[in-house]
Amino acid sequence: MGSSALPPTSSFLSDKQKDVGFSSFCTQPSFPCSAQVSKKMVSKKVVSVMTPQQSERKPSTTGAVKTGMTMTEKIFARASEKSQLIPGENVWVNVDILMTHDVCGPGSIGIFKKEFGKNAKVWDREKIVIIPDHYIFTADERANRNVDILRDFCNEQDIKYFYDIKDLGNFKANPDYKGVCHVALAQEGHCRPGEVLLGTDSHTCTAGAFGQFATGIGNTDAGFVLGTGKLLLKVPPTLRFVMDGEMPDYLLAKDLILQIIGEISVAGATYKAMEFVGSTVESLTMEERMTLCNMVVEAGGKNGIVPADSTTFKYLEDKTSLPYEPVYSDGQARFLQEYRIDVSKLEPLVAKPHSPDNRALARECKDVKIDRVYIGSCTGGKTEDFMAAAKLFHASGKRVKVPTFLVPATQKVWMDVYSLPVPGAGGKTCSQIFEEAGCDTPASPSCGACLGGPRDTYARMNEAQVCVSTTNRNFPGRMGHKEGQIYLASPYTAAASALTGFVTDPRDFLQ
Amino acid sequence: MAAAAAFSTLSPFKLSSPIETPNFPSLSSSFKLTSSAAAAAAANSPTHPFGPLKFNRIARFATAAPSAASSSATSATTFHGLCYVVGDNIDTDQIIPAEYLTLVPSNPDEYEKLGSYALIGLPSSYTNRFVESGATKTKYSILIGGDNFGCGSSREHAPVALGAAGVAAVVAESYARIFFRNSVATGEVYPLESEGRLCDECSTGDVVTIELGESDCKLINHTTGKEYGLKPIGDAGPVIEAGGIFAYARKAGMIPSRDA
Repeated sequence: MGSSALPPTSSFLSDKQKDVGFSSFCTQPSFPCSAQVSKKMVSKKVVSVMTPQQSERKPSTTGAVKTGMTMTEKIFARASEKSQLIPGENVWVNVDILMTHDVCGPGSIGIFKKEFGKNAKVWDREKIVIIPDHYIFTADERANRNVDILRDFCNEQDIKYFYDIKDLGNFKANPDYKGVCHVALAQEGHCRPGEVLLGTDSHTCTAGAFGQFATGIGNTDAGFVLGTGKLLLKVPPTLRFVMDGEMPDYLLAKDLILQIIGEISVAGATYKAMEFVGSTVESLTMEERMTLCNMVVEAGGKNGIVPADSTTFKYLEDKTSLPYEPVYSDGQARFLQEYRIDVSKLEPLVAKPHSPDNRALARECKDVKIDRVYIGSCTGGKTEDFMAAAKLFHASGKRVKVPTFLVPATQKVWMDVYSLPVPGAGGKTCSQIFEEAGCDTPASPSCGACLGGPRDTYARMNEAQVCVSTTNRNFPGRMGHKEGQIYLASPYTAAASALTGFVTDPRDFLQ
Repeated sequence: MAAAAAFSTLSPFKLSSPIETPNFPSLSSSFKLTSSAAAAAAANSPTHPFGPLKFNRIARFATAAPSAASSSATSATTFHGLCYVVGDNIDTDQIIPAEYLTLVPSNPDEYEKLGSYALIGLPSSYTNRFVESGATKTKYSILIGGDNFGCGSSREHAPVALGAAGVAAVVAESYARIFFRNSVATGEVYPLESEGRLCDECSTGDVVTIELGESDCKLINHTTGKEYGLKPIGDAGPVIEAGGIFAYARKAGMIPSRDA
C-alpha cells in the first residue's frame, strides 16, 4: 500500500503549505528507508502531525536472522513457547485468562460440551472469568435464563471467578455481581502485563492497556479454549502510534482514539496490533489507557497495547497477587507503520453517524440538535469518565437540556459516583453534581443501551433520535432504533452537549 | 422457492452414511452438516437447479466411494444459487441486531430462529428483505459484500445467523477479523475474498456459481454472463478443509478424537 492509501484526511492535513521537515521514522535499518515525505500529507501550519503512510515493509522471511520483536510478538513467542517468531505465523498459544459473559457464554458452553463431552472438565477452573453484564436488568426471559445457564456451568465446574447476579431488582443485593466485563476484569485484577487474555467480546482489547495481548473471539474458539487452554492465533504485525505533547485539559483519551480511527479508517488496523507509546500515553491513567485500547477494534485492530510502567504497577498493587513479567518492544523491532501525533494540537472530536471513523470536530457540529445524551459502557462509563462529566457540569453550573442517561460500568464505579468527591467541586460527589444538573439517576451497572439490547433496556433508543454517547459504535441500529443517529464522543463532549441540546465542544464550558 | 422449501423441510438424519470416514470432522452444529448432505443431493437433482448447495464437506473430503453429490466435487467445491448484494462495512449489528442475541446458537431451536433474523438490521434502503417476513430461510445462498464485511462485534451469532438462514458462502472484498475467524471456526459460511468490488458488479437476484478449484477460484454470474476471480482461501484453508477448528486440532493431534 503506497502513500495514497490513507483516506482523505480532515482539514489539518489538507493541501496547505508543504514546507515541513520531520523525520519519517524507520525502525528497521535493513529495509529501504525513504527520507522523502509525501508532500500532500504535510502542511506547514500543522495542527497535529501524523507521519505519511510509508510503504509497507514486509517482515523478513529468511527466518535465520534473529531480529527484534515488538511487545505483541514477544507475548506470542512466550505464550507459544517459541524463542522467535514473525508476523503472519500461526501458532498455538497458551491462554492465561478466558472471559465470557451472558450473551456468548451459553453458546460457548454448548460447544464445549458438544465437542469435549457433557462430563468434560474445563482446562483450569481458575483461569476462566465469567461475568454477566450485557442483558441483566431486563424482564426478557431468555436473557435471564442465560445467566442461569452460566450459573449452572460455574457450579458444575467449580469456576473460581463467577460474578453472579440473582436479585435483578436491587443490584447492590448481589455481593458478587460486578458489571461490564472489561472494566471488571481490570478492577478485579485479572489483567496482567505479558499475559494472553481472550474474551468472547470484541472489546476484550481493552485489557491491552495493561501491556498484555487481549483480543475478542467467538463461541467456537472459546469452547475450544475452555477445553484446552490454547488457541491457534496468527501473529499480527504492529502499527505504532507515538503520542507526544501535553494533553490539553479539554481532551480525553476518547478524543485520541477517535482521532486515530478517523485517520486510518474502520479497517485501517485489520489483523494488526496497535501499540500506543509516547509521553502523552505515559501520562495517561490506567482508565484512560483502557479507553484508548478499547476502541482499537473499531479500526479493525486485533489488539491494542500500552507498555506497562509505574502507573500500571501501582494500579495492580492491590489487585493481583499473581506474578507477572512485562515485555517491551525491542529497539530493533519492526513496525508496519509508525504514526506520530502531537496531542497538544488536537481538538475535541465526535464520530458522526453511522461509522466510528466518520470523524468531525465537535465545534463544527454545533448546529446538530440532539435529543439525548448517554454516558456509560466499557468505553465511557468508568469512574474517571463520570468524574470528567461531573467536572464539566459543575464548571458550567447549569442544567441539562436533554435527557441525560448515566450508566456506571460496574458496582465499584457506581459506588465511586456516589462517594468520591469531584476535584474542585467543594466536596461534592459526581452523583450530587449530576442531580443538580438534572441528569437521570445513575442506573444499575451493566452494558446497558450501548448495544440496544432487549426492548426494555434502560435508555435504549426506541425511536429515531439523535444521541451523543460515550460508547464505542454508531452503526445503524446500534442503540436500538435503525434510524437513530449516534455521535460518539468523550465524556466532556457528551456533558457539554447535554447542557446545550446541541453537539458542543467542551471548551465552551471548560475554559 | 421450491429448493429452499425442500431444504428447510429436510429432517436431520444420523451421520452414518457409507461415505463417512472414521475421523469425520465434527462441527459445532451437527444437524447443519447432515442437512447439508441431503441438500447437496437435492440441489444437484434436475428438479432443484437453484437449490442452495452448502459447503459440502462430505463430497469434498470423503475418501470413500463417489457420493450422491456433484460428480465434479472430487477436485472442486462449488456453490450455486441466487446472490444478495450488500455494501461496505456491514457490521454485526446489521447482520444480527443485539436484541436477538439472547438466542443461544448451540440450541437447535434457537439456531433456526437466529436464521430468521439474518440481516434484519439492514437499513430500509435495502428494499429486498434477506429473509421474507415469517420465513426462517433465505432464498439467497450467496452473499456478496464490499469492504470490511462483518465488522463490529465478536458475536458468533453473525455467521451463525447467516448460515442458519441458508447462506452457503460470502464473497466480500475484505473481512473484519473476528467475523472471518468465526466463519472459519464454525463452518457456517465459507468466507471468500473477491479480486475486485463484486458488490458493484452483481445485483441481488443474480444467479451465480462459485467454483473453488485446485488452481483457481472464480465466481460466474449467469445473469450477466461475466466471470470474476476470487482469492485463494489462504491460511484458513487447512482449518476449513479439516472441518473447523476442532476437527483441525484433532487432525493435528492437539486434542483427542471424540468418540463417535
